[in-house]
Amino acid sequence: MTSPEIIRPKAKQRPGDRVFSASALISGSLILAILAAVAGFLMLQGIPGMFADPESVSIYTEGENFVEFVVPLIFGTLWAAALALVMALPLAIGIALFISHYAPRRLAQGLGYIIDLLAAVPSVVFGLWGANVLAGAIQPSFVWLEENLGWIPLFAGPVSGTGRTMLTAAIVLAVMILPIITAISREVFLQTPPLYEEAALALGATRWEMIRTVVLPFGRPGVIAGAMLGLGRALGETMAVAMVLSGSGVIVFDLIGSVNPLTIAANVALRFPEAYGINVNVLIATGLILFAITLVVNSIARYIVNRRKDFSGAN
Amino acid sequence: MSKRIEVNDLDVYYSKFKAVEGVNLVIEPRSVTALIGPSGCGKSTFIRTLNRMHEVIPGAWVDGEVLVDGNNLYGPGVDPVRVRRQVGMVFQRPNPFPTMSIRDNVLAGVKLNNQRISKSDADELVEKSLKGANLWNEVKDRLDRPGNGLSGGQQQRLCIARAIAVEPEVILMDEPCSALDPISTLAIEDLIEELKQDYTIVIVTHNMQQASRVSDRTAFFNIAGTGKPGKLIEVDDTATIFSNPSIKDTEDYVSGKFG
Ligand SMILES: Nc1ncnc2c1ncn2[C@@H]1O[C@H](COP(=O)(O)OP(=O)(O)OP(=O)(O)O)[C@@H](O)[C@H]1O
Ligand SMILES: [Mg+2]
Repeated sequence: MTSPEIIRPKAKQRPGDRVFSASALISGSLILAILAAVAGFLMLQGIPGMFADPESVSIYTEGENFVEFVVPLIFGTLWAAALALVMALPLAIGIALFISHYAPRRLAQGLGYIIDLLAAVPSVVFGLWGANVLAGAIQPSFVWLEENLGWIPLFAGPVSGTGRTMLTAAIVLAVMILPIITAISREVFLQTPPLYEEAALALGATRWEMIRTVVLPFGRPGVIAGAMLGLGRALGETMAVAMVLSGSGVIVFDLIGSVNPLTIAANVALRFPEAYGINVNVLIATGLILFAITLVVNSIARYIVNRRKDFSGAN
Repeated sequence: MSKRIEVNDLDVYYSKFKAVEGVNLVIEPRSVTALIGPSGCGKSTFIRTLNRMHEVIPGAWVDGEVLVDGNNLYGPGVDPVRVRRQVGMVFQRPNPFPTMSIRDNVLAGVKLNNQRISKSDADELVEKSLKGANLWNEVKDRLDRPGNGLSGGQQQRLCIARAIAVEPEVILMDEPCSALDPISTLAIEDLIEELKQDYTIVIVTHNMQQASRVSDRTAFFNIAGTGKPGKLIEVDDTATIFSNPSIKDTEDYVSGKFG
């Protein structure tokens, strides 16, 4: 059998197309190059830190090695980000739905504007607010939580006197990632084709049922993307956590006690000023691990989005 | 199951713009009524008032009465959601939910309002509805595939299956064949013929042959000029409208002299 010769007519090259495809190629490769450079730097500087003789690293506590040093930080990072996401995501979806499908137009515009504004607040400000205002204000409710829900390990106590605990940090993080998740969710909810909204309504759906059968399934990939952006920000957030949380390298699930884990990014920020020599490499190695965590989280999100591609409504 | 519709003095508005004026119309049960008329005369606007879909558009409202078996759809305390379960609708562009499988599309209406349905009942209903829409044989092996993987004509029949699955009393169709090829169109027309046994059907069409093929009664709408409201000019038996209408404009329109 000979395969028939496939003749592809050569598409005529237009100057506009050429300029566009060249510039797209350049910016695409630039992004890859920058990413590769960052990864290369992290590996070059970080890997020696990973395998350094523990004796020579002064930021380790007695007898600690790299793994023992970094595992609690990984835990703290994931724990804080997950808590923040759990608090922020439902709220963000609710606000986005309110803006896109319930609020009168005027109110919706105002609310959207405020949310966008919130996204522009620098994280130091959130840190200051969390440490100086929120922590003190929320401490009494921690006491209440311990008294009434103390049987849940998360609220076992003993309660921190300052209120600067994991829960406070997670709330600050939740407030910080709320705007981005809300903004993206609102955008995708608004793009639900009216054709399908009307299909649901004509079947006798109430407004909430219409949202459940059409708006949410349509918006799902977008909401996940927004959540991942938020999660990425929560994972990497440095200043706010460093300022709010008085933590150390421990694995503790208690959210309101005085002993709290620390996150990778906050740990780097707190230790870096005094770090010297091989210590710097150790901190960079933790940065490498944060980089890897973020990559993994993003791949998981991508996997979730792609899994039901056939049903996404994009085709 | 099917019901009589009586429209009394109906005016239909988009905010301040009066799109349709003074419609009086009776639609008998188990009949097919075709709405014809030039573009922009308000056929879509009018048909959407029959299941209260008109008011979904912001600022849109209605003045007048639509009685279904004597009950005013626009009476105080009438829930539009209930109305839409009684009066189903098929749109111009096929719109099966792309996020759902074929099976779930058929069941979409039934699963609303927290109604529970056992798997065997659901299977039965899916088969019955798809058979009712003449689609069963084509999709029975791929009920779990997405609904928008079908051809346009199949999608439109899926939409019909979805509409009849909730057992409405009336089915409204706004140009259901305008996006379809002649073969699919014939399939839908045959289907309308069958559905007439059980349902009251109102169909908007630009296709004169289609109106004369499928409908028992035909209503001609016209518009005096842009910005003016559309009006119901004449309604009569389809044969009369196409052979011997009493109004000159109707005759001009059906014979292709304008529109
Ligand atoms: N969403 C809307 N807002 C404001 N005016 C509208 C809206 N939809 C339709 N109209 C106006 O109402 C009038 C009737 O439109 P309608 O769509 O009912 O016409 P139609 O008879 O269905 O036309 P076609 O045969 O082209 O579908 C037109 O003047 C149109 O511009
Ligand atoms: Mg129309």
